[in-house]
Amino acid sequence: MSTLTDPPKEQFRLSMLLYDTRYRSATIQVIAMFGFMLLAAWLINNTIINLNTLGKPVAFKFLGETAGYDINQRLLDYNNQDSHLRAAFLGLLNTLVIAFLGCIAATVIGVLVGVLRLSSNWLVARLMTIYVEMFRNVPVLLWIVLIFAIVTEATPHPKVYRGVETGAMVVTNRGTYIPEPLFSRSLGDIHLFGSSPLRFDVSLDLIAILVVLGLSIFASIKMRQRADHIQETTGDRPKTWHMRTAVIVLPILVLLIALGFHLGYPELKGFNFQGGTHLRNSLIALWLALSLYTAAFIAEIVRAGILAISKGQTEAASALGLRPNRTMSLVILPQALRVIIPPLISNYLNLTKNSSLAIAVGYMDITGTLGGITMNQTGRELECVLMLMLVYLGISLTISAIMNWYNEAVKLKER
Amino acid sequence: MSDIGFVRTEMLPEKDPPASEVGVIGWVRHNLFSSWLNAILTVLSIGAIYYVLSGVLPWIFQSVWNADSLSECREIMKGTWESTHGHACWGVIRERWLQLLFGFYPNHLYWRPILALVLLLAALSPILFSDKVSSKMLILTTAYPFIMPFLMWGGTIWGPVCAALGFVIGFLIIKHAAAAIGELWAMIAGVVAALIWWFILAGPVAGALSSVLPIGIEAVQSRQFGGFMLAIMLGVVAIGVSLPIGIVLALGRQSDLIIVKYICVGFIEFIRGVPLITLLFVASLLLNIFLPPGTNFDIILRVMIMMTLFSAAYMAEVIRGGLAALPRGQYEGADSLGLNYWQAQRLIIMPQALKISIPGIVSTFIGIFKDTTLVSIIGLFDVIGLASAIRADTAWNGIYWELFAFIAVLFFVVCFSMSRYSMYLERKLKTDHR
Amino acid sequence: MKKSVILGAMTFAGLAAGAASAGTLDDVKARGKLNCGVTTGLVGFAAPNANGEWEGFDVAVCRAVAAAVLGDSNAVEFVPTTGKTRFTALASGEIDMLARNTTWTFSRDVDLKFEFVGVNYYDGQGFMVPKELGVSSAKELDGATVCIQTGTTTELNLADFFRSNNISYEPVPIETNAEAQQQYLAGACDVYTTDASGLAATRATFDDPSGHVILPEIISKEPLGPLVRHGDHEWGDVVRWSLNALVAAEELGITSANLGEMAAGTENPEINRLLGTEGTLGEMLGLSADWAKNAIAAQGNYGEIFAKNIGEDTPVGLARGLNAQWTEGGLLYAPPFR
Repeated sequence: MSTLTDPPKEQFRLSMLLYDTRYRSATIQVIAMFGFMLLAAWLINNTIINLNTLGKPVAFKFLGETAGYDINQRLLDYNNQDSHLRAAFLGLLNTLVIAFLGCIAATVIGVLVGVLRLSSNWLVARLMTIYVEMFRNVPVLLWIVLIFAIVTEATPHPKVYRGVETGAMVVTNRGTYIPEPLFSRSLGDIHLFGSSPLRFDVSLDLIAILVVLGLSIFASIKMRQRADHIQETTGDRPKTWHMRTAVIVLPILVLLIALGFHLGYPELKGFNFQGGTHLRNSLIALWLALSLYTAAFIAEIVRAGILAISKGQTEAASALGLRPNRTMSLVILPQALRVIIPPLISNYLNLTKNSSLAIAVGYMDITGTLGGITMNQTGRELECVLMLMLVYLGISLTISAIMNWYNEAVKLKER
Repeated sequence: MSDIGFVRTEMLPEKDPPASEVGVIGWVRHNLFSSWLNAILTVLSIGAIYYVLSGVLPWIFQSVWNADSLSECREIMKGTWESTHGHACWGVIRERWLQLLFGFYPNHLYWRPILALVLLLAALSPILFSDKVSSKMLILTTAYPFIMPFLMWGGTIWGPVCAALGFVIGFLIIKHAAAAIGELWAMIAGVVAALIWWFILAGPVAGALSSVLPIGIEAVQSRQFGGFMLAIMLGVVAIGVSLPIGIVLALGRQSDLIIVKYICVGFIEFIRGVPLITLLFVASLLLNIFLPPGTNFDIILRVMIMMTLFSAAYMAEVIRGGLAALPRGQYEGADSLGLNYWQAQRLIIMPQALKISIPGIVSTFIGIFKDTTLVSIIGLFDVIGLASAIRADTAWNGIYWELFAFIAVLFFVVCFSMSRYSMYLERKLKTDHR
Repeated sequence: MKKSVILGAMTFAGLAAGAASAGTLDDVKARGKLNCGVTTGLVGFAAPNANGEWEGFDVAVCRAVAAAVLGDSNAVEFVPTTGKTRFTALASGEIDMLARNTTWTFSRDVDLKFEFVGVNYYDGQGFMVPKELGVSSAKELDGATVCIQTGTTTELNLADFFRSNNISYEPVPIETNAEAQQQYLAGACDVYTTDASGLAATRATFDDPSGHVILPEIISKEPLGPLVRHGDHEWGDVVRWSLNALVAAEELGITSANLGEMAAGTENPEINRLLGTEGTLGEMLGLSADWAKNAIAAQGNYGEIFAKNIGEDTPVGLARGLNAQWTEGGLLYAPPFR
């Protein structure tokens, strides 16, 4: 902190390493570096000696061995003859799925609750306070276990649907079945990575749909820009909404018909429903628990963000004749967002990390596969735990990078 | 009678506001049914409240307390209500509540953890309620880190005393040798002397003292810690020990020294980037591998170490927030007084930064405290672990909701009061600063 | 500075804890306590009671070994372990022996470097279904939802069984037995699978046990037994023969009731050798002459332990079945004490 005017040139003495601020920082850094390396060397040395004694040198060969267990909720094809690496990869995808779904649901619920806590309705505001306090002050592990049990108890057994005409969506105590998109004239799949453990089938239909949708949206934006341009030059705004809707809807409709798109509905066969997309109860319960838990925190952040906006803003908005809900969406929330986003990022990170508690409900995320059954069966604790940590570290750093980038984008530009 | 002009000469008495605007009805109109949307929300809320309470209240209150096993509970339920559904069996809580609170801590020594908790509150009071409690209590605060282990683990009193002596020796050397050999060397000498004391002399001296003057209380192994007490223990130890580490890390992160800075940033981001459960896996599976061959200390100590490292990273971020919230003028003021780095930190920066960080520290504590439930996954008997163990007793196998409800209430009461305190503190600090 | 203090303290604690030497037997004797790894709770096999004392079938083995080595069946520290931590705890020396319903498998014995000293319970994986399902064989379970407790060999056996029978199933992995019970009772799965002993114990706790049946198929062999670290043969022998002593005691008719009178000397030379009135078996093991007497005095012979913890008169209600003496058609066969 303190800067001194450098004394005139003098002979370098050893004591200057300590007493001269120019050199002292270098000395400290060298010592710190040395200490750090010493510590690292000590740990690694111990590890090597211990592993040799145990006869378990670090090796990742076990990843190629047959896993032997099944994973019920999965995005890609897998059977129990696949390798441990494949199982870990599916677990990773499951972690990403729950983190993604959880973050979205938590944000929606959190914003809703945060706004409702400030509602003029006394009862609703109190109820929301109770919700927030209940979830914030009880461990998330307990909530996960409890919500899993509640979801199971509250939903009907599949057998009650026997002989009953079921709709497109079926809720049972084994999970929820939603219609799955099917294509009778499918374009097929691209098989990425061949037959390696990381193989990844990408449906060409999906790519086609995404490409067409992207082009349509691009065209629609171009149209709006042209309309803006015309409005700026002539003052008249051409009506474009019907054209823009058509541009978005028609191509995708044509494509879907061409692909023979239809929905596959679940049907009760034998013990369970078959067909449709099956969201297991473990996924639903974990999703619900994590998003309700995190939403309680997000609600507080949102509330604090809204309260941080000065009352003058609201008053100015009403003076302009904006209705309360327009005030909220046009004046308050955009400003509050800047206060809200940084703590929101850390809540997203927390949710992702908390998803590692999936083992409590048997949702096979990466902790359940690589850090669970694989570790139990192979006895490779060091390798599994290290891989597990690296994976989570990677996910966390990615999320914070993305969210920080977004934060930069919405931040008030100060000049 | 031609004069039809009318001039009021006296005021009419004030009318009461319409009945629909005051009293209960007015309140209800304003707060519950002010618009159609609000009316719908109110009705929905009442419906939801009724639905939940109608299920939960009978379960809680139409329940069995006097039973020694689940089957006995069921018999009583069948006898009283002709059904075993929708009734709680609190007999398990009646029989096991002490175990859920204290784990396997010996029954006749329950006063020790209770005393430790009371002393903890007393030791914290001068910090938490600085305006109401005399600062003389700070002596207790300083002594608490040595009293607590003595009370919890017991054994000879000379162990904690000798550990504390190390600090005293170091402090005395730094204070008195400064004049003779300069501050820097005094600091180094103090630290070296303290280390020599701890690693070489303290053990034999404590041994000798305890053989001469065997003052001590019954020793309790950390394996016997459990239940809710374990959660509090883990939380307090993790936060207490991580506070100094967190300060060092936060200062390191803000430092101009590149290498020191990156070591600190790397540590903090690594710990914050991985879930606690992976760190607990390290504690239960790997820590022994990282330490010298033959090292073997019990799982609760290992978990304490990992929880401390975990909370240190979060603590560092909280304190960094406190440091960042200090106006730049404080640093400049310290510089202009000619204070060196450590003096400035000790006298100007840290006292203020720590004070603003207290709400953050409290919420970190709440977080850590709730996270201690994760230790049940690696087989420690905290409340959740004990609940599973109780279910493994033949008498109580099959009991489910009652134990979870009890645990949830326990956590709720403690965490809720702490979060209320932290809010109170935040409000107080806000007025201080504006 | 703080960091170095902590690291220093860690090394210090490490030194104080002392290096685990080669001889576990000497360590245990020096310590005066046996560190025995058990489960975190399994009905009938190991669970703490209201006073915090451990009880159960596996616990009894620990107590017998402690009694044989130290002469005191209470000189045991029970270390609860999970499916994940059990092997690490044993390998690192945190526990001296593991008595945690662990299946004796080739890879655990050979690859993980442990030594199974015997079998104290012959188990096998079975299925339980609600009676109303009308299923009489596991082969009719095509497409069923199966609750499994994770972290054991259970899920591997299950996958193998369904694959070899070419039928499909939907696994619902569950972390704890309590949760699995709750899920099964709520109907979230059609079938619950775990070791047959666990199924019986679980069924016994149901409101209506008769509404559920255990299917006849046993799809795996699960010899559960205590294990020790590989390479420490003296210690392995102590645990092995303590277990054998319990089994032999039942075969020879030694019970906790008549132990005192038997120990005074009998006509049967094997009983005399076992109880130390004849020969030097205790000395060969490095124990006192009355080691087996102490082991049996701890909780009784094998049959008594079985009857007390998991037998037909307990809520768990297991029949002896495979776990009867060889003379009664079971698999228990203690090698001769001579």
